[in-house]
Amino acid sequence: MRIDRHKQKILAFVAALVALPSVALAAGGETHVEKANNDIHNQASLQRGARNFVNYCLACHSARYVRYNRVAADIGLTEQQMVENLLWSGESPHSTMTNGLHADDGKQWFGVAPPDLSLIARSKGTDYVYTFLRSFYADPAKGTGVNNLSLPGTAMPHVLWELQGTQEAVWEGQTDAQGNVQKHFKEFTLASPGKLTPEEYDAFVRDTVNFLEYIGEPVQARRQALGYWVIAFLVFFTLLAYALKKEYWKDVK
Amino acid sequence: MSSSNAAAKTATKSGGGMLSGLTTWIDERFPLTALWKSQVSEYYAPKNMNFWYYFGSLALVVLVIQILSGLFLTMNYKPSSADAFGSVEYIMRDVEWGWLIRYIHSTGASAFFIVVYLHMFRALLYGSYQKPRELLWIFGMLIYFALMAEGFFGYLLPWGNMSYWGAQVIVSLFGAIPVVGDSLTEWIRGDFYISDVTLNRFFALHVVAIPFALVFLVIAHLMALHEVGSNNPDGVEIKKVKGPDGIPLDGIAFHPYYTVKDMVGLGVFLILFALVIFFAPTLGGYFLENANFDPANSLQTPPHIAPVWYFTPFYAILRAVPSKPLGAALMGIAVVLFVFLPWLDRGKVKSIRYRGPLFKFFLYSFAISFLALGYLGMQPPTPAFTLAARVFTVIYFAFFLLMPWYTSIDKTKPVPTRVTYHAH
Repeated sequence: MRIDRHKQKILAFVAALVALPSVALAAGGETHVEKANNDIHNQASLQRGARNFVNYCLACHSARYVRYNRVAADIGLTEQQMVENLLWSGESPHSTMTNGLHADDGKQWFGVAPPDLSLIARSKGTDYVYTFLRSFYADPAKGTGVNNLSLPGTAMPHVLWELQGTQEAVWEGQTDAQGNVQKHFKEFTLASPGKLTPEEYDAFVRDTVNFLEYIGEPVQARRQALGYWVIAFLVFFTLLAYALKKEYWKDVK
Repeated sequence: MSSSNAAAKTATKSGGGMLSGLTTWIDERFPLTALWKSQVSEYYAPKNMNFWYYFGSLALVVLVIQILSGLFLTMNYKPSSADAFGSVEYIMRDVEWGWLIRYIHSTGASAFFIVVYLHMFRALLYGSYQKPRELLWIFGMLIYFALMAEGFFGYLLPWGNMSYWGAQVIVSLFGAIPVVGDSLTEWIRGDFYISDVTLNRFFALHVVAIPFALVFLVIAHLMALHEVGSNNPDGVEIKKVKGPDGIPLDGIAFHPYYTVKDMVGLGVFLILFALVIFFAPTLGGYFLENANFDPANSLQTPPHIAPVWYFTPFYAILRAVPSKPLGAALMGIAVVLFVFLPWLDRGKVKSIRYRGPLFKFFLYSFAISFLALGYLGMQPPTPAFTLAARVFTVIYFAFFLLMPWYTSIDKTKPVPTRVTYHAH
């Protein structure tokens, strides 16, 4: 009986300890991020993403760890197709995706040098990049004429405005305890449409993000495919080891 | 431990053929058979060792994995602030199987700590640090300290932004030491900030000095283990009850019984290990942090700096204390206190099976506090989190500091003379 009472007390205490962090967790907040829902196994999407990247991103952003011929092989293009569609004139198929923009020039023109995008999907996450590219809105106070909800004050102009059109942000006012008006984002409205419908634009961004995820870790698809074989072998090995152990341990009384 | 060279020689002479001829030739010059017998085939381990006893041999396996994968990484890695980050990406993209070697090494680092923490918890459960295993325990703790140093130095090498700022935060802790603090941090970094010089020396420490110390300590740990013999889940000394042949009645030869058993543990471990490597190498940012895919930037602090998960329990203790010097001191004490367990524990029994409710209460509270502090150390320090971290810090220290009291008054159960074992 005594032991049982002790056990109950221990259990109650343990339960309280386990609950403590989750109570604290509820106090935190979170910023809104849309799901990218991209699929690196979709080669057509990766090919479109590569096209988008070369046409719209590469002029300012390099992907200096990414080789053209590796990209072609991984996303299902022949070297010929790659040379015709992705390669800038004079580049070797073995070269990495760099551009002519000097970091110093970039810094002078934009305020910050445009970051290399080789690993952007790994450092920021695909959902973030997807949300970022869909969150530009008109802001006359900014030199570029646009601001971004995901990265307020961003130096990047809305390179894709022609495709998306111009978004305006709708804010809701809220007065807090100190009497200050707090602006809360409500929604985006399309002030002037672009060449693409909103659905087409989302698909365009998704393909681009898909390509960025791929270049973040080019081996990802192969890694997973190989993983099944490795696990299968290890399961077989473990079963064999277990049978061997059973056999030997028969003697142990 | 006492098999002699001569005995080994006569044993091998009974066989025939070239191989035994070679063995004899070696045995006359080096105690090969004697070592094999004393350390493996005639090392008698308790037959009742359970799940918790896999992690010692697994730690050894992970050490080998780390040394081998590390060897191949050093062939392609460049320890300079200009090239380090790029060389890691070169390994990930252009080196044949480089991605696999790198993921094995980065996953191995976390696996090492998981295995070692479970191995240490086993010692707490079954009183494996108690007499006569104090020195064995101290060697183990030195291995743990060396491992922490190894993890810390290694974490700077990819030269990502979290590498940089994590090292910055941890090195700056030494600045909390009165009087010598500032010169000490400068001496560690070799510069006024984390720089190319720091990266170079951390590389040297990570690939030469600490691995050497680790291997040496592991050998000492194993020698001490084989001198006193393995503990077991009953905390019974099997050497006390020996058969007429001098072999403990509850002992079985390490080889083949535990070599085949550990093979099963190894298989399960490798399945989990491979699952991470092939399907979740960053493990959601816990094994490889997202911010570390940005190159080191001394002008841009990551939005939230946290050490890798295996240091976060101690990091949470540091942050729980309002004063930095005191927090750093408590953090250091929290790590070092383990060393004194053999003398803090006044219990008459070793194993949790025969301990009283007080010890169980403190041990389980400690285990939960350790996990909770580990979680809190990764989170931004909100007021609620800081409060929680303080509560858990108090419980963490209570486990050690109150131990002489609660272990001496605890109501323990009688310990059997033989181990509990049910044949399968």
